[in-house]
Amino acid sequence: MNALFYTAGGLALLTTVLAITRSNPVHALLYFVVSLLFMAVIFFTLGAPFGAGLEVIVYAGAIMVLFVFVTMMLALDRLALRRERDWIARPIWIAPIILVLLLAAELARPLLHGSRQAFHIVTPQAVGIRLFTGDLAAVELASMLLLAGLVAAFHLGRRQ
Amino acid sequence: MTIPWPVPAALALGFFLLGLLGLLTRKNLVFVLMSIEIMLNAAGLLFITAGMRWGNPDGQIMLIFVFNLAGAELALGLVLLLRLRNRLATLDGDAANLLRDTP
Repeated sequence: MNALFYTAGGLALLTTVLAITRSNPVHALLYFVVSLLFMAVIFFTLGAPFGAGLEVIVYAGAIMVLFVFVTMMLALDRLALRRERDWIARPIWIAPIILVLLLAAELARPLLHGSRQAFHIVTPQAVGIRLFTGDLAAVELASMLLLAGLVAAFHLGRRQ
Repeated sequence: MTIPWPVPAALALGFFLLGLLGLLTRKNLVFVLMSIEIMLNAAGLLFITAGMRWGNPDGQIMLIFVFNLAGAELALGLVLLLRLRNRLATLDGDAANLLRDTP
């Protein structure tokens, strides 16, 4: 189980790096989908089987497929791809990498303290019971957020 | 099968920083949206890690809400992306810097 976790974690990081450095958006999105599948393996090894299933079904299966379809609708030509490659090649990466490394140094400090051994498996039953008894208001808020998103997408997507 | 909790927390930190790096460097709006998704996913991994650490179902419940938010945000982002492409024929985020209608 440990080897599975570390393998999936390393490969997920690798595919994420590949995803943000590609020039072709469809290739990048497919790398990101692979990264999400590895993330599902990570969730499973962390004792969250329900979260792992949701990651595959909802995130990789529904949200990212929508993303890939819309990106394919954009019908990118060769000129756009070449321009994208030029944008990546420019030395704009230096300052963001320094900023991100500084932020990493700041945020990694609390991880080095605290007790290390704790592992609990959370079953889907426990999630469902808590979600539909204690957190009903949050479920309603989530449905209102989705409704607002639907109305806004419909409004913005109309033909003028 | 005991994974010390700082390891997945550091992994979540790594994903978040990779998403931030993509957000800061890329101009193409497709990659900007994808980087935001990477950062949201990192937040989800941190929630799962916390749920594992304390054996609490709230981590996975927050993951459901993160997915909810990601879906709503991505739908709106993609619609805006299509509108931008139909209007300006480009995906460059810097092209849409005028607050008036282009002829």
